[in-house]
Amino acid sequence: MSLKAFHILFITASVLLSFWFGWFELSTYSDSKAAMNLWLGIGSCVAGVALVAYGIYFLKKLKNISYL
Amino acid sequence: MEIPYAVKPRPDTGLYNAKLGIWLFLASEVMLFGGLFSSYILLRVGADLWPHGMVSIPVGTFNTFVLIASSVTVVMSWASLKLGRLGDFKKYMALTIACALGFLGVKSFEYHAKFTHYDVWFKDAATAEKYFKAAYGEEKGVEAARKLFVERFHLHNTKAVYEANQVQLPGHLEGNPLFATHRSLASAKKETFQFTPDAPFGTHDHPKPIEVKLSDVERLSAYVPKHSTYFAIYFTITALHGLHVLGGAIVLAYFLFTANTWWKKNPEQLANRVEVGGLFWHFVDLVWIFLFPIIYLL
Repeated sequence: MSLKAFHILFITASVLLSFWFGWFELSTYSDSKAAMNLWLGIGSCVAGVALVAYGIYFLKKLKNISYL
Repeated sequence: MEIPYAVKPRPDTGLYNAKLGIWLFLASEVMLFGGLFSSYILLRVGADLWPHGMVSIPVGTFNTFVLIASSVTVVMSWASLKLGRLGDFKKYMALTIACALGFLGVKSFEYHAKFTHYDVWFKDAATAEKYFKAAYGEEKGVEAARKLFVERFHLHNTKAVYEANQVQLPGHLEGNPLFATHRSLASAKKETFQFTPDAPFGTHDHPKPIEVKLSDVERLSAYVPKHSTYFAIYFTITALHGLHVLGGAIVLAYFLFTANTWWKKNPEQLANRVEVGGLFWHFVDLVWIFLFPIIYLL
């Protein structure tokens, strides 16, 4: 497995973590009403979207490099 | 004699030597961290009480995104070499190393905060109640003790019940010493010490310091590995991970500082070396992606 393939795996894991963490913080916010939970939740979801966009850009940029 | 397949892949495996070597090494690393993760799970499910909220989620989140950013920059540095851009490689690799140092810097602040934060266990429930009342007020003291204990151990989600004998008072010692213990204070011939308790649960208002008699104290411990099973496994896993970050940063810095020589000699081999270093770096970051939720969130 090349660095390209491992990077795609890593970005996928990071996207999953970002959205899960966003959901975790926003559901904590619904109980605690603490502004920190709200900002962490929103920030994490935004980071998740940014990582998806980056993943697409990365795939296009390195399309000529092998996955092995 | 030239070593075969140091640059070009072997026809049968499709891999050059270093890539095969790094994957064998990473397989052993998976077993190392897998064993520690399994230990964490077994210790946690076997514990009557497991603390929550002992580490700062915003700090952990910041460090998580620092490591994600470092993975992006390390892969960009490799891609720059593939595209023949040595200048861009240096820029991205320097950013990767800066991220690694930033992660370690934040982690060291986190560790220092733990080493100067203490829990005090008292001889019995009546003595503990006396000090909680001194810290949080005659009327609110007992409720503050119960609330701190219930929220730390999430008793609303477990079968365990609140026991006044187990309650501990968290806070800071006067002068913020590192690693103080009951024994070290006794050796210094101290009969009392000043203690600033943490704010009551859900607030940020620290009470005034209280005077604690050493003879009333059963145990005093900073948030160090011997404090509890939680901190033992926390420090074991995060310190091992931190050593991997440090090791990775040293190797990547070596690639950066010797890049000009390798670029003149054999640019393809430099790209292969950076790829192998990048694979290790991604592994270290992937470990953190699993560590962050189990240590900081769950």
